[in-house]
Amino acid sequence: MHPVLRTVLQRLGLGIVTLLAVSVIIFSSLEMLPGGYAENVLGQSATPETVAAFKRDLGLDRPATVRYFEWIGNALQGDFGSSYSGLSGSMKRDVSATIAPRLYNTFFLAAMAALIAVPLSLLLGAMAALYRNSWFDRIVNSVTLTTIAMPEFFIAYILVYVFAVKLKLFYPNSTVSIGTPFVEHLYRAALPAITMTLVIIAHMMRMTRAAIINLLASPYIEMAQLKGVSKSDVIRQHALPNAWAPIATVIAFNLAYLVVGVVVVEVVFVYPGIGQLMVDAVSSRDMPVVQACALIFAATYILLNLLADVVSIVTNPRLLHPK
Amino acid sequence: MNTATTPVRTIKARRSVFENIRRNLKTAPLTAWFGMIVILLYAICAIFAPLLAPYGESEIVGKAYQLSSAENWLGTDQIGRDTLSRLIFGARNTIGIALITTLLSFLIGGSLGVLAALKRGLLDQGISRVVDAFLAIPVLIFALMMLAVVGKSLINLIIILALLDATRVFRLSRAVALNSVVMDYVESAKLRGEGMGWIVFKEIVPNILPPLITEFGLRFCFVFLTISALSFLGVGIQPPTADWGSMVAESKSLISFGRPAPLYPAAAIALLTVAVNFVVDWFLHKTSGLRDGH
Repeated sequence: MHPVLRTVLQRLGLGIVTLLAVSVIIFSSLEMLPGGYAENVLGQSATPETVAAFKRDLGLDRPATVRYFEWIGNALQGDFGSSYSGLSGSMKRDVSATIAPRLYNTFFLAAMAALIAVPLSLLLGAMAALYRNSWFDRIVNSVTLTTIAMPEFFIAYILVYVFAVKLKLFYPNSTVSIGTPFVEHLYRAALPAITMTLVIIAHMMRMTRAAIINLLASPYIEMAQLKGVSKSDVIRQHALPNAWAPIATVIAFNLAYLVVGVVVVEVVFVYPGIGQLMVDAVSSRDMPVVQACALIFAATYILLNLLADVVSIVTNPRLLHPK
Repeated sequence: MNTATTPVRTIKARRSVFENIRRNLKTAPLTAWFGMIVILLYAICAIFAPLLAPYGESEIVGKAYQLSSAENWLGTDQIGRDTLSRLIFGARNTIGIALITTLLSFLIGGSLGVLAALKRGLLDQGISRVVDAFLAIPVLIFALMMLAVVGKSLINLIIILALLDATRVFRLSRAVALNSVVMDYVESAKLRGEGMGWIVFKEIVPNILPPLITEFGLRFCFVFLTISALSFLGVGIQPPTADWGSMVAESKSLISFGRPAPLYPAAAIALLTVAVNFVVDWFLHKTSGLRDGH
């Protein structure tokens, strides 16, 4: 078997194992509670009969292993069961139906932020590396070190204050619904997308800069320069083939970071995404929704990192031309 | 051992710790100075909060949502408490809780890391695999989920974040301790017949301290930001405790009326993390021997 294929398959296998392990952790979080979830929610005054009835309503009376396989099996088919809220009444809320439109909104926002942030930060990072120690590099360095350390909501509220309240260019709240036209959706999601861009651009730029500086310090680049290869050919033929792996890692790392940042940004802008849904579900301790959201976030995070690994394996010149 | 009767040159006495600190401070860049001064001011605010604040932490001093005035420099909040006083008390609560959490996470993660590096074998494998699985889930998401399970309270918040953060600390302390364990000085201590405690505290810990101190600064920033984010989301530190993250959430509706109220506590958070980052950046350059431009 080709070594590239073998390494990729190994990596994919490891990714699946990680996903399974994470799903077990997420599922069993409910079982870890000393005294049990039902007893904890109902309080100490609850009689054993009430606890038993509550458990039966939630389906918690069956063994955990049975429930796990049922849960993960249904989740793979896109069914996350029904929400705890409105369970005793006649209205059964389907978790997947609640999540689906919000998941679209969140991916819309994340994709928008990524499309702005990725090219911009790669460009700025490459420039900072090529013009190292210039005033441009210095300014960019201290500005990024500052923005990295800031909480998302600080950046978000500054943007709201300046662009929505003072200049009145955008709405302070990004309310969208299923019927919102695409262009209107773009406009309303602009401010949250810019916030997330600012949050990840600093990380991405610094990592790109470090990766390129590291690369340009390699002996084979110096050799190419000494041979008199033109500057563009040095970059295109010698530097770039080795640069794909670090660049892919940088991009995936920051897209994974977006997954977390999106929670706070959605709450700031009252954007109806999955992050907001998760926060609301945490407050009402609606576990099926919380676990479904956690699983989606964690799976996205793992898949992005897996993708970066695969890209760096596939583009690795040493693996592509085995001895 | 030979001792020369006439020394070639006079050997200077070893510099004391105090002298070393003074010499280091002299060469500190402007950003590091800025960071240290800011941290010092925050510490003063946190320690002497009751003396500095014009009003009490949850004392109602007037009507709700008052604008800035001579009595209330930054106005009042949604139930008429003085915003400035709550900002000052917030320093004590927010920083204190983040500091306790980080210390706890280093205690757990650090000791497990050193233990795993020292014992190796099944123990190391077991902890490492569990930690690997936890590392695959973002901290904020996992913390949100666990808070839903155990319910929101301060103790739960501290324990959950400390445990999650300990997985990150474990990784680093295990890695640096592994480098130290294979060194000759550990080997010779073992041959001397030193006990486990001596080897850990007199041989390994002093050698792995510099990277761990840098990591402490970064982990503190991370924990501090995570706690602020959770409080902002309404599941972290609960009212009536004055805390910057929840203060942002409580005053967020004011921004639509053109008042920058949520910006004050948010700026307080941002300034501290920026300051800590500047100091850590300088420390990192010093301990790794890196100079600017690398």
